[in-house]
Amino acid sequence: MTRAMFDAAARSDVLLQVKRLTRTFDVSKPWLNRVLEGGEKQILTAVADVNFEIRRGETFALVGESGSGKSTIAKMVVGLLAPSAGQILFDGQDMRQPSGAQMRSLRRRFQMIFQDPFASLNPRWRVGEIIAEPIRTFGLAHGADLRREVGRLLETVGLSPKDASKFPHEFSGGQRQRIAIARALSSKPDFIICDEPTSALDVSVQAQILNLMRDLQDEFGLTYLFISHDLSVVRHMANRIGVLYLGRLAEVAEARRLFTAPLHPYSKMLLDAVPDLAMSGRRRKRVEGEIPNPITPPPGCAFHPRCPWAFERCPVERPYMVSRDGSEAACFAVEEGRI
Amino acid sequence: MAEPLLSVRNLVVEFPTRRGILRAIDDVSFDIHEGEVLGMVGESGAGKSITGAAIIGLIEPPGRIAGGEIWLRGQRIDNLRPKAMRKVRGRRIGMVFQDPLTSLNPLYTVAEQIVETIRTHLDVSEKEARSRAIDLLDQVGIPAARQRIDDYPHHFSGGMRQRVVIALALAAEPELVIADEPTTALDVSVQAQIIDILKELCAERGASVMLITHDMGVIAETADRVAVLYAGRMAEIGPVRNVMQDALHPYTRGLMGSIPSLTHDSDRLVQIPGSMPRLDAIPPGCAFNPRCPRAFARCPVERPYLLDQGGGRRVACWLYDDPDLPKAGESDDPRDV
Repeated sequence: MTRAMFDAAARSDVLLQVKRLTRTFDVSKPWLNRVLEGGEKQILTAVADVNFEIRRGETFALVGESGSGKSTIAKMVVGLLAPSAGQILFDGQDMRQPSGAQMRSLRRRFQMIFQDPFASLNPRWRVGEIIAEPIRTFGLAHGADLRREVGRLLETVGLSPKDASKFPHEFSGGQRQRIAIARALSSKPDFIICDEPTSALDVSVQAQILNLMRDLQDEFGLTYLFISHDLSVVRHMANRIGVLYLGRLAEVAEARRLFTAPLHPYSKMLLDAVPDLAMSGRRRKRVEGEIPNPITPPPGCAFHPRCPWAFERCPVERPYMVSRDGSEAACFAVEEGRI
Repeated sequence: MAEPLLSVRNLVVEFPTRRGILRAIDDVSFDIHEGEVLGMVGESGAGKSITGAAIIGLIEPPGRIAGGEIWLRGQRIDNLRPKAMRKVRGRRIGMVFQDPLTSLNPLYTVAEQIVETIRTHLDVSEKEARSRAIDLLDQVGIPAARQRIDDYPHHFSGGMRQRVVIALALAAEPELVIADEPTTALDVSVQAQIIDILKELCAERGASVMLITHDMGVIAETADRVAVLYAGRMAEIGPVRNVMQDALHPYTRGLMGSIPSLTHDSDRLVQIPGSMPRLDAIPPGCAFNPRCPRAFARCPVERPYLLDQGGGRRVACWLYDDPDLPKAGESDDPRDV
């Protein structure tokens, strides 16, 4: 089934739903220091009130600069971090409440690919063991079947079944990322969370991995949550994109739409900042300012101090999502038609 | 043409290891002209940073320059004694590295570091140096420079720190600035600011720039000419527009095609099979030949040298030695992009 057909068939079918997801971290100094030196409790809001849906078979991407909360969301979705508030529904089931057995069957269905293929593979395990572990854990195959399955997975990601007996250090970064992908596929998941899967790789190797990930998506009907700071990679991979700024979604739009007609001023700024490879001679707008400290974000819309369209409402009220032309943006200037 | 500011001739850099000598840079030659920005691109391990380190005499022993010459405006600098080299480094060649935290000393204020740099190289009073330092910080876009100059590096954000590093690199009014991945550790929105500042300030001062990066977008926006390195050898060099849009070397073409586009839809990215060879296993002949869609009988046998293609373009590829062969991108092979 092609990607497009898959999209059409699954249009109404939501696999993952994230509702008002929030995560805060207490970054205060220790109690004694606070008492002796003074100072308040400090709470960092890494993710605030984030809502999105991912449909079966699509790739939903989250982009944002460092500190925007991308990875925190990924960790919460995969269950490595508990949300402070909000809900994550996977295939209609609330991920907070399931019993042990339910959780186990859910866990099989989503897997994660991490950024650093040097840190995400156990250096003391042979590649075969690394890939076999999830299969064994979920009791999907045993004995000779298990070995055959591992060999087949290695072939699927473009390696050789013989590589099963090697150790991770014998592979290059790109090959290691292939091993990580084979491991993610081994439990036959339908959902994979990819946290900057190619950021540590060179461009030519990145191309190999991105092509592989798209092929696998077509072959197995996978759904991806794709997290990246690289806009060109995101455009290539995603059907829909959520743009994060300081832990909040600024805009959610179809990939093509975001790149041709971004709504939110931050999305516009982000696109303007990308160096132009086509050398069209476009004079880039110089972006002013930097991301503020997330412990003390600006009031109202967190982007207002850097926003050329900001007006009196922006520092006072917090913007909510408004729809326009099929995209959604949290921006008063968009709502009032000023942009 | 006038004498180049910097001329690197047949540079060879070697690292002895237990398993033999690794040649990290193998016969690389290029010039940087007055006021020019030369981009140096390549994937990790291609030798970009080592080329930069060789120019400023900072190859870590036991690595060493095993051959070739480096000339800075008519003066040979690759064989200078450490003391003489220190006068070149910082004074005539400024440096900007990837990680601004490691290039600043956390125990000294920004003022102390810039003033020290200025006074080491230029004969000015403490007071004069300080006012120059404030000017510099102002020019690199640090708000309230007069107050912030007495802050420590950790008081600054990543982007601001990189501005301080640029101020430091320009402090002694160098003729050449070597910027090694100056924006890689920064977010996109800040990246653009830093590149603009580096470009503007060097242009104002007439300083040349050697910009080392793996980011083709940064090169496209900044460089006048670009050199492409592969496995420690130069694959291609030419004006940036030519190299980015109509590269001659099959490696450069593959590399450019493998970058996802921001404006065009494509189902698949161009894929160069395999990966760059390790330095202890560089194939004979052309280092790229096992991965090259256009390799032919001559490639695994003879090592190509840079062939002049006119218009300042040179390419190390045998396809260009034979006028009858279709050039890279002109054959029927679908892999040949």
